[in-house]
Amino acid sequence: MADREYAYYSGCSLEGTAVEYDISVRRVMEALGIRLSEPEDWSCCGSTPAHTVDHLLAAALAARNLTIIEKMGFNTVITPCPSCMMAFKKAHHRMKEDIRFKDEVNSLLDEPYNLNVQSKSALQIIIEDIGLEKVKERVTHVMPDLKVAPYYGCILNRPPEIAQFDDPENPLSMDKIFTAIGVEVCDFAFKVECCGAAYGVPKRDMVNELTYKILSMAVDCGANCVAVACPLCQQNLDLRQQQVNIRKNTSFNIPVLYFSQIMGLAYGYSPEEMVIDKLVVNPDSLISSRITLSQWNEMKAREAEASKAKKKEKKNIEKIEEET
Amino acid sequence: MDAINLTIIDRNFIELVKKESGENPYLCYQCGNCTAGCPYTTFFDYPVSQIMRLLQTGQKDIILNSRAIWVCATCETCTTRCPCQIDVAHIMDTLRIIARRENRVSEKDIKLFYDEFLSSMAKYGRIYELGLLLGYNIKSGHIMTDADLGPKVLTKGKIHFLPKKIKGRDKVSKIFERFKDRTRRDGR
Repeated sequence: MADREYAYYSGCSLEGTAVEYDISVRRVMEALGIRLSEPEDWSCCGSTPAHTVDHLLAAALAARNLTIIEKMGFNTVITPCPSCMMAFKKAHHRMKEDIRFKDEVNSLLDEPYNLNVQSKSALQIIIEDIGLEKVKERVTHVMPDLKVAPYYGCILNRPPEIAQFDDPENPLSMDKIFTAIGVEVCDFAFKVECCGAAYGVPKRDMVNELTYKILSMAVDCGANCVAVACPLCQQNLDLRQQQVNIRKNTSFNIPVLYFSQIMGLAYGYSPEEMVIDKLVVNPDSLISSRITLSQWNEMKAREAEASKAKKKEKKNIEKIEEET
Repeated sequence: MDAINLTIIDRNFIELVKKESGENPYLCYQCGNCTAGCPYTTFFDYPVSQIMRLLQTGQKDIILNSRAIWVCATCETCTTRCPCQIDVAHIMDTLRIIARRENRVSEKDIKLFYDEFLSSMAKYGRIYELGLLLGYNIKSGHIMTDADLGPKVLTKGKIHFLPKKIKGRDKVSKIFERFKDRTRRDGR
């Protein structure tokens, strides 16, 4: 039974190169009692290319979708892709701040947008509306071998007055979620460094240089995988990892998972259900040691018992030594 | 670096940027925080703090012909860290828009990629990733761009061979048309 219902705008990437993000977010949301409703006949948000042409055009292309969502009767839309989210948030913000801009945007649309829709990331919904207690409650499995570098990317939380969620320099939402589900989080310094975004195609060398720094930092901080919340970050770090290795003469082989895939695995979904096989760098060796929570608790209890017994034995020996 | 003649100030340009961005570039006191955090600064010809200074002194040609305004990815680091609360990334965005309008494009591949993206959008309503890449490769002359990724993407079944056409694609293309009509009307 669903506790809550939201509009859900997946965006173009999640239909193609980031299909595993879409599937894992949908399943995790379902596990957390959230029902998602996809706007009918949604169109591309315009992303970066639109705002290099004109701010008015960019806002209108984004707002067409907000109008559809508004007409569905929703006041919140979950947008897992930060680029779509920022396109929506900026359109909404500028239209709200400037009534003339709003009228101009609406003059480009068939039906006007009336400023009634808030766009939020899946992370924001999980932290603010679901809460960490429930996130933790749902856990059925433990992955003792995972050491995650939480990578948020550049625009998930910035600029702060538009993003309106988490800290712009040291975001913690993913850290908190992983800690709640029992996954080890590494102290990762490049949480918000840019990966090169949409320049993978026209400026590949530049992207490879930027991701080289991020991957190096992840390895240096002791992580054995990177968690992301953005299809472009994932693509640049995972699909292009071999390009980095060739260019920089490195041997990175570090899996890059969507945060939602990690959550799903902790919630008992199979690697197939989390579409793990779509990732280029294979994380199987890290997740094959996954055990159930009860097995984990039994193991921990046995360990505690053993260490207690050891301490007792040590005490006894000391006692005997003292007596003699 | 070339000497810059600071006595030739294009005041109209400064006013245009102020009006279109809604930001006040004179608030910048050249602390350099934006450049210090900019992940792209090694790829820029002029660091972002210098673009701000060039803007304050009305150096229109240098700015609009610069590579920096095209290579900027709007990662928002400068905006987030500016102690004067200037939306620097928005100014960079505005400068790029003006450069595009004046047909001054120092980074042709980046512009071409954006144009292909938008034409895919106007045609189908959503992005047809394979068509976008092929269109870019043919028009840019870099036929083999990302050819190394082809086998990976294809074996993973991550890319669609045919575009997903939405029903309302005419509505999306109408937004582009209305925008074009408007720009023509405004004489831009």
